[in-house]
Amino acid sequence: MFKHETIETNSGLLIVLTLVAISIGGLVEIIPLHYIDETVEDVRDPDTGFEMVRPYSPLELRGFDIYKREGCYTCHSQMIRPFRDEDLRYGHYSLAAESKYDHPFQWGSKRTGPDLARVGGKYSNEWHVQHMIAPRSVVPESIMPNYPWLAETELKLSDLQDRMIALKKVGVPYSRTTAEYENNVKRFGEAVAKTLDINLAENTLIAQANQGNYDGNKAKITEMEALVAYLQVLGTMVDFDKFDEEHFIQFR
Amino acid sequence: MAKPVKDPLTGAKTTGHVWDETLQEFDNPLPRWWVWMFYATVVFTIVYWLMYPSWPVAGTYLKGFNTITYETDAGEEKTTHWNTRALLQRDMQTGTQALKQKEYLTKVAAAPYEQIAQDPDMAAFVRSYGNGIFGDKCAACHQAGGQGVVGLFPNLVDDDWLWGSKPEQITETLVNGRNGFMPPYRETFNDDQLDQVANYVMSLSGLEANKEAAVKGEQIFKGEKGGCYYCHTSEGTGMYAQGAANLTDKIWTVANVPAKDSAEEKLAAIKTVIRDGIQRQMPAFSSRLSDTEIKVLVAYLKQLSGE
Ligand code: HEC
Ligand code: HEC
Ligand code: HEC
Repeated sequence: MFKHETIETNSGLLIVLTLVAISIGGLVEIIPLHYIDETVEDVRDPDTGFEMVRPYSPLELRGFDIYKREGCYTCHSQMIRPFRDEDLRYGHYSLAAESKYDHPFQWGSKRTGPDLARVGGKYSNEWHVQHMIAPRSVVPESIMPNYPWLAETELKLSDLQDRMIALKKVGVPYSRTTAEYENNVKRFGEAVAKTLDINLAENTLIAQANQGNYDGNKAKITEMEALVAYLQVLGTMVDFDKFDEEHFIQFR
Repeated sequence: MAKPVKDPLTGAKTTGHVWDETLQEFDNPLPRWWVWMFYATVVFTIVYWLMYPSWPVAGTYLKGFNTITYETDAGEEKTTHWNTRALLQRDMQTGTQALKQKEYLTKVAAAPYEQIAQDPDMAAFVRSYGNGIFGDKCAACHQAGGQGVVGLFPNLVDDDWLWGSKPEQITETLVNGRNGFMPPYRETFNDDQLDQVANYVMSLSGLEANKEAAVKGEQIFKGEKGGCYYCHTSEGTGMYAQGAANLTDKIWTVANVPAKDSAEEKLAAIKTVIRDGIQRQMPAFSSRLSDTEIKVLVAYLKQLSGE
């Protein structure tokens, strides 16, 4: 008869079987998510029919890169759970669709600082710049580190297109061909589709930086501008006023 | 492998391993209570699978027998399988705390401001609920007590207002936000003219100023060269419609005059503001706060500034 003791006394066998057991647990949880249709909500503007959640514009994308490089996620999560206290503090709970173009997603559960899923529009650009350079000048009790170099470092643009092409490979709908561009026009509308065109990426980025004037410095495009542009778009893509309160329950 | 043997003293089975001549390892079976607990957890998972969303099946998943009933926007009852979004919806509609809060919010929404201030119950609600939202949404700029940061974010607890102190005016500030703007005069004035206008501004609030320069400055202030009067009025008392500061009082919101000791430093601080202009923004909160929450905040600000 098979005895459990056989496993317990053979460490090689124990390791292999442990790995098998853990993998089954993981695979059963993860793989089906890719096949369940309801996992990611279909969020369309009821008026125009366009998809509300769009990939980041080139400037926002570079901001996201800097967010990851600086390890902001070690202190900030980006997911508002569907609980009353979170709703009161941060706003509407996060949708799966809202992070579908994030690679990797920034959900997290470590909240040394507040959740940032809906920080877009909460503060002015000036506040963000001031706060990134010296957090304690605006929030005296803050323990967030200073990031003064972001305001001085020029944003590197040379690899912008490569970054977008890489994301395109994992399913983010940036466009390279006319057909892909046309498809984006159908999905997101013309204005958005233009910002997703890899061929125009550099011009799009410079135009957004100049128009947004995120750091009050027109002389050069800094990493700060990209980061602030990214922070200002977080959680603003879906206009929840256009949906009934209970609309998103059907996706669960 | 060592051979299992019996411990001579207790008669218990050992693994047969011996260390330091006599140290041995018992090979007791798991305690019964532990084994039964283990079986109980297995039974629990089966019940859990039946009650809650669990196993994936083809393009969907088992929804479980547990349900939640909530009210839709249209006022109809709707029942769905258990999930946290529906749970939140129901909690917001029927939860004890949520209902209590809603009751107060409805009361505040219907009452005029004077009544909110006088009714101790409502005033206490405004103080605690207002404090909560202010901490979350406003304190990062206006600071926890509302005292602001000179130059960056205005003080909300003094009785000096850029955009007006009436509830309608403050409501407008919160709903649509404000852009505080004054043009830079770098190109317009030469050094002398800048000095003269700044001296005039000093004299407006009774600070020590060079009289001769101030007289010339007055002409610039009230004339087309400076055009300061467009926004600050000819008397320098400011204008709510433009959010232009009152320059005749002792309160400073952009130029940090009170922090400077000597007259020269005060003058320099004023010159900097006139030379560089001002551009600062109060964000719009209409999409973040409900109308009633904005009303609570207006009443809360009234409490803070002691009105
Ligand atoms: C050591 C932990 C830590 C790190 C790392 C960190 N933060 Fe923070 N952050 C905080 C804390 C604590 C607060 C709350 C106090 C404050 O506002 O400064 C905060 C607040 C913020 C806020 C304001 C949120 C709100 O709703 O008020 C923003 C925006 C922010 N951080 C962005 C960033 C970005 C961007 C980075 C990376 C460049 C970053 N943080 C890195 C701890 C951190
Ligand atoms: C991003 C920073 C920021 C945040 C957050 C913010 N404010 Fe402001 N607020 C400002 C600035 C800057 C001004 C001054 C605008 C100007 O220069 O005219 C201002 C002006 C005001 C005024 C007008 C003051 C006057 O003298 O007329 C009121 C009232 C006010 N804020 C209340 C609030 C409340 C309440 C909140 C929270 C819901 C809030 N603010 C959040 C930056 C902020
Ligand atoms: C377009 C309107 C406008 C014009 C013109 C204008 N100002 Fe202002 N000024 C403002 C506003 C608005 C503020 C307050 C800004 C804020 O709070 O964000 C202000 C603030 C100031 C302050 C700072 C007050 C304080 O409390 O710190 C000084 C000083 C000042 N103005 C002087 C002048 C002088 C001198 C001129 C003419 C040379 C002038 N302004 C022209 C709109 C104007």
